[in-house]
Amino acid sequence: MSTVARFHIDHVRFLDPQGEALGPLPDFARDPAQLVPMYRAMYLTRTFDAKAIALQRTGKLGTFASALGQEAIGVGVASAMRAEDALFPSYREHAAQLVRGVRIEESLRYWGGDERGSDFAQARHDFPNCVPIGTQVCHAAGAAYAFKLRGEARAAVCFLGDGGSSKGDFYEGLNFAAVWKAPLLIVVSNNQWAISVPRSAQSATATLAQKAIAAGVEGVQVDGNDLVAVHHVAREALAKARAGGRPTLIEAVTYRLGDHTTADDASRYRDPAVVQEQWSFEPLTRLRNHLVGLGAWGPDKEEALARECTETVNAAVEAYLNTPPPTTAAMFEHLFATLPAALVAQRDEALRFTPRKAGGQPGGDHG
Amino acid sequence: MAEINLVEAVNLALAHELARDEAVVLLGEDIGANGGVFRATVGLQQRFGAGRVVDTPLAETAIVGTAIGMAAMGLRPVAEIQFSGFLYPAIDHLINHAARLRNRTRGRLTCPLVVRTPCGGGIHAPEHHSESPEAMLAHTPGLRVVMPSSPARAYGLLLAAIRDPDPVMFLEPTRMYRLFRQEVADDGEALPLDVCFTLRGGTDLTLVSWGAMLHETQAAADALATEGISAEVIDVATLKPLDLPTILESVARTGRCVIVHEAARTAGLGAEIAAGLAEEGLYSLLAPVQRVTGYDTVMPLSRLETQYLPSVERIVAAARKTLEAS
Repeated sequence: MSTVARFHIDHVRFLDPQGEALGPLPDFARDPAQLVPMYRAMYLTRTFDAKAIALQRTGKLGTFASALGQEAIGVGVASAMRAEDALFPSYREHAAQLVRGVRIEESLRYWGGDERGSDFAQARHDFPNCVPIGTQVCHAAGAAYAFKLRGEARAAVCFLGDGGSSKGDFYEGLNFAAVWKAPLLIVVSNNQWAISVPRSAQSATATLAQKAIAAGVEGVQVDGNDLVAVHHVAREALAKARAGGRPTLIEAVTYRLGDHTTADDASRYRDPAVVQEQWSFEPLTRLRNHLVGLGAWGPDKEEALARECTETVNAAVEAYLNTPPPTTAAMFEHLFATLPAALVAQRDEALRFTPRKAGGQPGGDHG
Repeated sequence: MAEINLVEAVNLALAHELARDEAVVLLGEDIGANGGVFRATVGLQQRFGAGRVVDTPLAETAIVGTAIGMAAMGLRPVAEIQFSGFLYPAIDHLINHAARLRNRTRGRLTCPLVVRTPCGGGIHAPEHHSESPEAMLAHTPGLRVVMPSSPARAYGLLLAAIRDPDPVMFLEPTRMYRLFRQEVADDGEALPLDVCFTLRGGTDLTLVSWGAMLHETQAAADALATEGISAEVIDVATLKPLDLPTILESVARTGRCVIVHEAARTAGLGAEIAAGLAEEGLYSLLAPVQRVTGYDTVMPLSRLETQYLPSVERIVAAARKTLEAS
């Protein structure tokens, strides 16, 4: 008997949970000019997140999926992307979307039940939130193929969760990208929970990163609550993708500090004491402590940032709530490039039976 | 002008579009060196390269899923699913993504994708190789469903499908691939989508069908003609969106209608056409509309498939029933 293949999976972490460097840091991690915008994006994400939940609770937003505790992953990865790259997010990656230029009012429109929320003013090539789990891996692989075929130095980046890594779409997309040597970065935000199913019941593998190995793809595990580690591995993966068009899988280990969505009550299936314990690993405190250690941060700046983020989010909420309601005709306008003749009568019927006050309230009529 | 069969017409259209537009890319299983299991893509990889005629790993979900990503990023992918019985793993991507990407981004991202797949029975194929899934697909808002019934229409409709800015399911009737030859000019002229084609005029009744069943339907029209009965024959061609006005106009003249399809009866497209006639053409009907369809059974293996497929005799019997009714 002989061994025909071996593999190992690296775990990358630069900052410990208190924000202390565990060893030499990459250059950017000592540069406040690069770190502060990422801290700001994480802070803005968390401010937005809290506001969105409050809006949902007061009947002004539909069901919303919080990214609480996972901010470093989206921010760290998206900050390594270039404008011309393309993002293929799940529905929990507004951290990445905000960095990409998706506006908070756009995200609110989407979660408030309005397709216009996915018509991003910036990030025109980014896919909208993907709800059918893991399917976006295939779309991202195809996009990466298109970039490669045209000789463009662009990369496709997709996000999914630990549950998504159980889907066939994940394996198939990963495999296609590997065979094609396509410039794809797959990020598995392993937040330990797929609604109520824990990581231990999701997969028998020691890591999710090693799922890449079966496809001939490099897989790496990273502390997803360490912004420095996430950003570092994402930069390396994207540089590799743009240079030679090779895919990478990053498993970012984190913890879902909130419910699955506002329609979920996680206390039904997990111990609040464990969640409380996980708060000591959350990513904002860690990066803030590191910035303080660099002499680049303090209470005044923190207070100013909090105020700025609150103002930004409040202005976006205002814009969202003042959005004119969608028209009935909008259901038909973008079904095809040109409305087929067979659908004209249906559109006319819908218009004829539209009540005077139509389009619903922001967040939907369910209250 | 060359006389070619339907599968050669498909090949001709694909080659024309690959040459015309460098955004056109083919992907699927065995479509490269092998030229496809039915030879629809023969010679294309040699001519246009492995980057544009792509032999994929064996995974239908990702064939359609990656094609959606390609389409949204500016390519014009034409995906081949080897048999329509293997289309089902990709249904998630067709319904949840291809059909609604334009709508859910308010036109920001689009999906100019063609999925080609052979469909239907009658070639003594193995299990799962003889499906007729058109009604399932036609039920999905945002998908076009097209089925050609001759080499010329295969060529012209496939050009139109590839040039269309939205997803098109292009179902190729396997039984017609090599059934007959016809002169087809490689002139790059597309045929219109979303319209029926009237294959022969008639005054006594209207026969409506699509795909391979038009072979039996036309034979039934010939048989009826020997008895002095004049049948109009309509090829629906684009099954969704449906060109009901052409069918209504014909039935307004003939007063009788028989709809013929190979797919199972319940919730088949025959029901949709019959409902359209009831809603908008009832007063021109001289007899109840008849359907001649596959049965609501599992598509049998080859030894029973001729008993499953609508025959000339069944179509003629249904036509007679409409004529006896008044």
